Amino acid sequence: MVKVIIYPTNSLILSDLVERFGHTPIAMMAKIKEKVSTVGVDSPPLNITPEEPKMGLKYAAVEVPAGVRGRMAIVGPMIDEAEAAIIVNESPMAFGCMGCARTNELTKFLIRQRDMPILEVDYPKGDDEAREFVYKIGEFLKSLPKDEKEGEE
Amino acid sequence: MKEEAVVKVALVSCGSEYAGVHGELESVAESVNARLVYPEIDVSSLDTIGKEFGLEAASPDLRLMMARAKAVVEGIADVDGVFITSCFRCAEAAIVRNEVRRYIHRHSDIPVISYSFTERTTAATLLTRMEALTTIARRRHLLAREHQSGLTAGIDSGSTTTKAVIMKDDKIIGSGWVPTIKVIESATEAFDHALEEAGVKREDIQAMGTTGYGRFLVGEHFNAQLIQEEITVNSKGAVYLAGKQKGSATVIDIGGMDNKAISVEDGIPGMFTMGGICAGASGRFLDMTAKRLGIDITELGALAVKGMQEKVSMNSYCIVFGIQSLVNSLAKGSTPEDVAAAACYSVVEQIYEQQLQEVDVKEPLILVGGSSLIEGVPKALSELLKIKVLVPPNSHLIGAVGSALLSSGYVEE
Repeated sequence: MVKVIIYPTNSLILSDLVERFGHTPIAMMAKIKEKVSTVGVDSPPLNITPEEPKMGLKYAAVEVPAGVRGRMAIVGPMIDEAEAAIIVNESPMAFGCMGCARTNELTKFLIRQRDMPILEVDYPKGDDEAREFVYKIGEFLKSLPKDEKEGEE
Repeated sequence: MKEEAVVKVALVSCGSEYAGVHGELESVAESVNARLVYPEIDVSSLDTIGKEFGLEAASPDLRLMMARAKAVVEGIADVDGVFITSCFRCAEAAIVRNEVRRYIHRHSDIPVISYSFTERTTAATLLTRMEALTTIARRRHLLAREHQSGLTAGIDSGSTTTKAVIMKDDKIIGSGWVPTIKVIESATEAFDHALEEAGVKREDIQAMGTTGYGRFLVGEHFNAQLIQEEITVNSKGAVYLAGKQKGSATVIDIGGMDNKAISVEDGIPGMFTMGGICAGASGRFLDMTAKRLGIDITELGALAVKGMQEKVSMNSYCIVFGIQSLVNSLAKGSTPEDVAAAACYSVVEQIYEQQLQEVDVKEPLILVGGSSLIEGVPKALSELLKIKVLVPPNSHLIGAVGSALLSSGYVEE
């Protein structure tokens, strides 16, 4: 079982696919849940405080706007934690979106910089492409080690 | 002379031609005998470079930036240095500029500087940076010098203080440290003090180097062999004094007016930043804090070490607001110890937020400049970065020592 970061980072479909193939999805939903349910009154509803954009400095320079850095404070550690990644390009907003084009660009870039198995696929435009899309993702997930021992080999 | 050869600097930019600053860029290049060149690329690569580089920027000119960086790294463009620049406040450019800078630094040993401009950027603002870039490209042999030989002098004419040292065979035999009032008079006073301490006469000095804001004036006055900006001089001085001339190091110089963060490899700077948004992030703020607390600047460090910065909320992003929060916290009954600690932490936090993202911090981290003597500063920096901070002996004389060291290259000539 490996930790797979998905892009878009909040795609329910991708997250579900990763889980069905026996791996752990690293998705925004879980991180946001942590944020929302952790007791704090600083900055509702997400409890993002002025500290987060500072933490985001690890991933983007000070000149990059605070909103990008605040998002990177959540996404950056997800990328660091990942052992594999699935990136879906050209997807419609409803499939998942971070709401910020600059964060999207930086997130994809940082994922690509990691030395780990990465699958990049385009969002399907029809039924045939959709089957192919799921098949490719399935094959990729099957190729990942199932347990830690296998991963070490 | 070989040293005077034109340095080819690749301009990797996004629209500086449209921003009204191009004349200034050309002018600063010319003033340091450099020529801006545009790395050739295949136009069709602009459609694929985003994917290839990994960063799919929406702006085609930013893709052009990546393609040009690739041409530099692959040696298609034969250049000696790279100047990466884009508009201030463009979020996408800030992301691309940083990644392009890292990419060139990782895949080549060509010196790189990056800068974000506004329409008010002038050649004078860029001079020290461009001078450092061309020096690294042009004078590698000089920067490779690891030992001081003969009897040499170095004068660092800084914005707040002027420092002078006399060195003989790798030892500091005399030093002077005076506040900068009139540039030449202060330099003369510091120099005379150093000469007196060393027990030598001016005419005995075999070579001299000058650095700092007043370097040109002081250098011409004393007929110095070496007149050099403070980025290369201070990084050289820092690794020399710290005994870390081989391998990687990061030098942070907190000056009286601005700060420098420099990545150094084998004593030669690779990436560096200079600046700070406001004097709130410089030694000047600490000076003002000491005055407000009614103590001498030399006492501030010991006071800060006894305090807890967490107890005082202070943000010296702007020196005026910084002083305001200092006054407010004292009025609320905060102890001078806590306020002193908060002031040190605030300066260090500004350096972390504004500058350290621009260089890759690699250990050892060497802290130099007058502020490094304020014990609270290295302590705060170490706490913030969670790494050991090295303050070499004579860290306040760094520019003068670097100048004396480098100028000894002219003794043998």
